[in-house]
Amino acid sequence: MTTECLTNKKVLTKGNYAIAQAAILAGCQCYFGYPITPQSEIGEFMSGKMQELKRGYVSAESELAAINMTIGAVSTGVKAMTSSSSCAVALMQEGLSYATADELPVVLISVMRGGPGLGNIYPSQGDYFQATKGGGNGDYHLIVLAPSTVQECVDLTYKAFYLAQKYRNPAVLLADGLLGQMMEPVEFYDYPYPEIDTSSWALTGAKGREARIIRSYAPLADNQCVFLEKLYQKYKVIEENEVEWEEINTDDADIILVSFGSTSRNAKTAMKQLREKGIKAGLFRPVTLYPFPNKRLHELAQKTKKFVTVEVNMGQMVNDVRLAVNGACPVELVNKGVGAPPSAAEIVSKIEELL
Amino acid sequence: MATQVFKLPESLKGDVKYSFCPGCDHGIAVRLVAEVIDELGIRENTILSASIGCSVTTYDFINVDALEAPHGRAMAEATGIKRARPDKIVFTYQGDGDFASIGLAESMHAALRGEKLTAICINNTTYGMTGGQLGPTTLLGQVTTTSPTGRNVDYYGYPIKIAEHIALCDGTAFSARVSLDTVANIRKAKQAIKKAFEVQIKGLGFGFVEILSTCPTNWKMSPQKAHERVRNEMMAVFKPGIYKDQT
Repeated sequence: MTTECLTNKKVLTKGNYAIAQAAILAGCQCYFGYPITPQSEIGEFMSGKMQELKRGYVSAESELAAINMTIGAVSTGVKAMTSSSSCAVALMQEGLSYATADELPVVLISVMRGGPGLGNIYPSQGDYFQATKGGGNGDYHLIVLAPSTVQECVDLTYKAFYLAQKYRNPAVLLADGLLGQMMEPVEFYDYPYPEIDTSSWALTGAKGREARIIRSYAPLADNQCVFLEKLYQKYKVIEENEVEWEEINTDDADIILVSFGSTSRNAKTAMKQLREKGIKAGLFRPVTLYPFPNKRLHELAQKTKKFVTVEVNMGQMVNDVRLAVNGACPVELVNKGVGAPPSAAEIVSKIEELL
Repeated sequence: MATQVFKLPESLKGDVKYSFCPGCDHGIAVRLVAEVIDELGIRENTILSASIGCSVTTYDFINVDALEAPHGRAMAEATGIKRARPDKIVFTYQGDGDFASIGLAESMHAALRGEKLTAICINNTTYGMTGGQLGPTTLLGQVTTTSPTGRNVDYYGYPIKIAEHIALCDGTAFSARVSLDTVANIRKAKQAIKKAFEVQIKGLGFGFVEILSTCPTNWKMSPQKAHERVRNEMMAVFKPGIYKDQT
């Protein structure tokens, strides 16, 4: 992969490189990371490019350090990010909890691999809970965006920087090993979002103003209650304004496949094959995993007969779909623990068993 | 005519509730840092990466922008601040548990990378805020709430000599250990703190000062006795001195 900036040109590139290049184009001023397969290309790309551009780069001593370096950088008002994978994102959970409490726009690229424990380097969606439910302490949410193509890796990396700054909340691009490693044609373009003014809160030195303290320490319970109410008001605004999903053939569907990320591509093919067999199938693909498209799923539950989530994990998003549907119709699971997503043929045959 | 003989440093917030225990050396250390920031004229360009422990309240006293790091991560957050804003003066103020136990990796690697940062580490041989448990600097034989019969090597191993270790890192430009038990030593401490900031300002590398400090509450001693302990017991193991000076 060249380190040239390639705006407005179609190039064939890997998901990891696409993410890194998009971060550069988004104006990411600092990158901090520690190697882990299957996302190491992000740090490799950044090490060269950030130095070339005279931006910040640190080969951090650990993921604990990497997430906290990112917190430090964004506290000064600049865009910054880290990237990692599964068992190492686990090490970042403390930092993510702090970043939500500090209301800091950290961007994390999480490229999922097999777990639990060391697991393996195959693709996985086993960190849906880790990303959407929060592995850190206390009440908080991360904004979670799930790309399904390499092009979307670019689009949603831009969006992650924008939403993180807009809401002063950490945002996660939740990709997987398949997206990270596969090559597809991609078009890069200029950062499409407005720049957010950070001057009202960023730490830049107390020149001509009161000194600012960014902290999460709240020794009095009442103060913490006030903060949590404010934080959850913000989440309400995010839930009202930022939900994104894709749906195909859902209008007349008797069965709706719900799937995110790379897995949703096989689910889409399976949906088409089911249609060819005369089964009225549709596809629902959440793009934002938090905020989750609860409302739309609830609406669809009133007219469809069944949902089936297709996931590469032991059944995680299925729980959120069940909550959204709230008993209006059955919600089943077609899954595979880890690895490349189940093929369209496998999905079709499992769904036929369910009917 | 009245002559002003005493005033608060500008870098010290005036009207705040003092939260350290009576006789604790944190008060002196924080004041010295504030005086140095004043003398270097850097208050409006300085950012503090605060830590967890008794040191957490430093931002209540020192009148600069501050970011509160998780326990042990102050050097990592300071690194992030400095890499994002290389023109800022960035420092941490940490306890020995924060700097040399849970944050040892962050501290050593910041020094090894030669980060243009200043770290002030308060060594009081115990975890003060949580009630006096054994820490990385607890002396052999010292009784704490988690070494009820005294620190023995079999169960606990040895205390760490922080200033010596940091001096061994090639990226370190200044490393010293000081104490606050006498007026003369307080003066030396201030000079060391100033140098630790100056090496950052000059871009020479990592600046570090370990400050031997009292914890009368957890040591269950009067402030006077506590300073005698610093002199007689701590200094015997943690020898004050300048371990590296590349100025």
